[in-house]
Amino acid sequence: MDATKNTSMNRRTFLKSAAALSGSMVVGFNATGVLAASMDSTAANPVGFNPFVKISPNGTVTAVIKHFEMGQGTTTGLTTLIAEELDVPWDQVEVEFAPSHDNYKNLAFGGQGTGGSTAMANSFLQYRQAGAAARDMLIRAAADKWGVAASDVTLTDGILKSGESESAPISEFVIQAAKLAAPEKPVLKDPGSFRLIGNNKLPRKDSVAKTTGKATFAMDVTVPDMLYVTILRSPLFGGTLTSFSIENAAQVNGFVDARALPDQSGVAIYAKSTWASIKARRAVTAVWDNSAAETRGSAEMLSDYTAKLNAEPTYDATGKADLADTEATAKAAARSVSADFHFPLLAHAPMEPLNCVIEPTEDGGIRLHDGCQFPMITHPTLAAIAQVPPEKVEIITYYAGGSFGRRANGNSDYHVQAVLAFVALGGKQAVKLVWTREDDLAGGYYRPMFAQRAHIGIGDDGKISAWGHRSVAQSIFKGGPMESIAVHNGIDHFSVEGIVDTPYQIPMSLGLTDYESSMPVLWWRSVGHSQSGYTMEVLMDMAAEAADKDPVEFRLAHLDESDENQARFAGVLKLAAEKAGWDGKSVEGKGRGIAVHKSFDTYVAQVTDVSTDASGAISIDKVTCAVDCGIAVNPDVIRAQMEGSIGYGLGAVMRNEITMNKGVVEQGNFPQYEPLRITDMPDIEVHIVESDKAPTGVGEPGLPPAGPALANAIYAATGKRVTRLPMTSSGITFA
Amino acid sequence: MSITLKINGETREVSADADTPLLWVIRDELNLTGTKFGCGVASCGACTVHINGQPQRSCVTPVSAVGEQEVTTIDVIDTPQARAVQTAWQELDVVQCGYCQSGQIMSAAGLLSSNAKPSDEDIDSYMAGNACRCATYHRIRAAIHRASDILEG
Repeated sequence: MDATKNTSMNRRTFLKSAAALSGSMVVGFNATGVLAASMDSTAANPVGFNPFVKISPNGTVTAVIKHFEMGQGTTTGLTTLIAEELDVPWDQVEVEFAPSHDNYKNLAFGGQGTGGSTAMANSFLQYRQAGAAARDMLIRAAADKWGVAASDVTLTDGILKSGESESAPISEFVIQAAKLAAPEKPVLKDPGSFRLIGNNKLPRKDSVAKTTGKATFAMDVTVPDMLYVTILRSPLFGGTLTSFSIENAAQVNGFVDARALPDQSGVAIYAKSTWASIKARRAVTAVWDNSAAETRGSAEMLSDYTAKLNAEPTYDATGKADLADTEATAKAAARSVSADFHFPLLAHAPMEPLNCVIEPTEDGGIRLHDGCQFPMITHPTLAAIAQVPPEKVEIITYYAGGSFGRRANGNSDYHVQAVLAFVALGGKQAVKLVWTREDDLAGGYYRPMFAQRAHIGIGDDGKISAWGHRSVAQSIFKGGPMESIAVHNGIDHFSVEGIVDTPYQIPMSLGLTDYESSMPVLWWRSVGHSQSGYTMEVLMDMAAEAADKDPVEFRLAHLDESDENQARFAGVLKLAAEKAGWDGKSVEGKGRGIAVHKSFDTYVAQVTDVSTDASGAISIDKVTCAVDCGIAVNPDVIRAQMEGSIGYGLGAVMRNEITMNKGVVEQGNFPQYEPLRITDMPDIEVHIVESDKAPTGVGEPGLPPAGPALANAIYAATGKRVTRLPMTSSGITFA
Repeated sequence: MSITLKINGETREVSADADTPLLWVIRDELNLTGTKFGCGVASCGACTVHINGQPQRSCVTPVSAVGEQEVTTIDVIDTPQARAVQTAWQELDVVQCGYCQSGQIMSAAGLLSSNAKPSDEDIDSYMAGNACRCATYHRIRAAIHRASDILEG
């Protein structure tokens, strides 16, 4: 994706490709989702549609990707769909990111954005249709020229053919095809004839750029006359600026100016380089009004959570008004399990610290350069703050150096900071906002703390007879732009997902209580499942033990495989157990645990093997993973996402937590929020279930089982049940 | 102050305070953006460059400490080890978000320069300072073995 090389290059390349487009064919969708085509997409969408596929007269195909690439493989995935239906060679297809426009909306959200593991699921038919429409037009153009019926023309691997005599590359028919109307309903390939979808050997589209230093991230963007900006914020969440002094900062070479952000959330320090801004910021002093700030420490928060667990829950998430009865039944059972779980705040800590560039445009608008995850929110937010019409806001999207949910923010927090800094300086000079790692770790928008309590009774038949459950969580969605989607009858679904909708057939009653804080929280890879998977699967292990049953058999006994949902859940459980050689036997110094979870309509099970050394320290040796995500569009991307989700999940449960002392975050940089290292990484084996179901997401679902499979393995090896995370805070050490 | 740097085979004059980390001179002054900022405290390795052929964390290397030494960045590196590492990375599709991979590749090339046939333990020990939040470690390990095989011919 050379078009993202850098900003000036980006503009030049854009103009060049626009010129080359005259005579190109472009196929896309209009606002009502109808296919449309044109010869020329550059003249402000004359027919009111946006291109999804472009084919230049030399035969080069460009897939226009409506989702941003944070490493999850979407540039490879959506391009696969176009190349498959168009039937052109893989290396003939280039990739570019779509601009910010509603016609590029995520069909699962209703606005343009990436998240919830939806990119492939919502694009699967749409991108295939765009590719198939282009193919149909090329075939009709060739049939017309050759004087044969369209049904007599084939297009395979970029070559059009009719009978024995006619054969030509698609480049020969691009100009003619561009004059044709797009078909209303192009015929899609039969899955039996897929050659790219399901192909194990398709190289990632971003691999070469990302191994040569040539991939451009927003952090790499420079524009003329740009100033570098860091922000001095209150050390407390909710603190506001009273006054500040730049007396000492003014001595720093490269320092330009400092201004209060118009919302009093901080001081913007403008400089001629990133380093000068960082250095000058250290010399700026500020006075804060912390009267509305969060001043609690982690210990107080933990005891507040426990107090809420003890109190009557606010909401009845299962709607049967039977929590007290269910808890009483569970406790009275001859065999029962009771446990409390505590989950800490977690930072996302993507490798690329948050940053973006905002520059004024010639027409009086603004242009954002960003690894932009939620254009649907960022675009109108920027327009409102900069006081420019939305049509004068342009967003150029770059590769994002990870996100894990952080860049998708209902408040567009870092974009707001950047545009406030831009406005505070007069709105005429470009600014590049850069966060340091310290800004990132102390910047809030954490995975919220959660507390869970369960009382489980085992009946005479060895199955669960009652499951009373209480959850306490700080709601992610309440007060945000998607509240109406997520919150019903006061219950934020993301506070109870993975528990209330478990595929297990268990008589459950679930009560929920919200936790309130001015500290902002956010979705973190797999959202509620990031802790509900842990809770459910450690509890199932505890219940299996109480019932004196094998953990796999016990789980299967609570699933009715005549139901498709439960059958797929059971399917990955059995596959992971089979591939790992699960036999229920224990070996001295070793431990094996299993967990299965459904999230984002994808089913994942994992068997984790650990060993202990003489000191009792744990090594994670191997994870055997089974995944059912419907049709496996890019099997190697699926494997990569399982590997990455497992690693991200393991690192968090092992040793990560954000803690506060009197409201001040205690983790300064990576040494205090130690990321998973290569030395921690187990061997991983991924098995993908063959399926003809519609594809579902893979960016998040590999994470929820990783923690509980490890916890269950540690229990098997050591007899220690870890119900408070991270594991290191529960006395577990790792080799 | 004016500082002379030998970087990527060229001699460049830059204006920077003596304490400016080499990273920011490379990125902001010389506009060589392949080298990344991840932590600023030598804890993640995203900023790894070669100084006289040895991987070093440019975020904690003051530009004044470089002196006559040769700096090489991912943007131009062309040693047999680096080429083999890049080829192996592409064959195995190691990358996800890609932001740490410049540093991973610079470190891996350094490893193979000093140890042509590293074991898993050698790899883990040498690469432990290069963080990858996407956790591509499983493939990094495999790709370093593959690069070692490529170099062996």
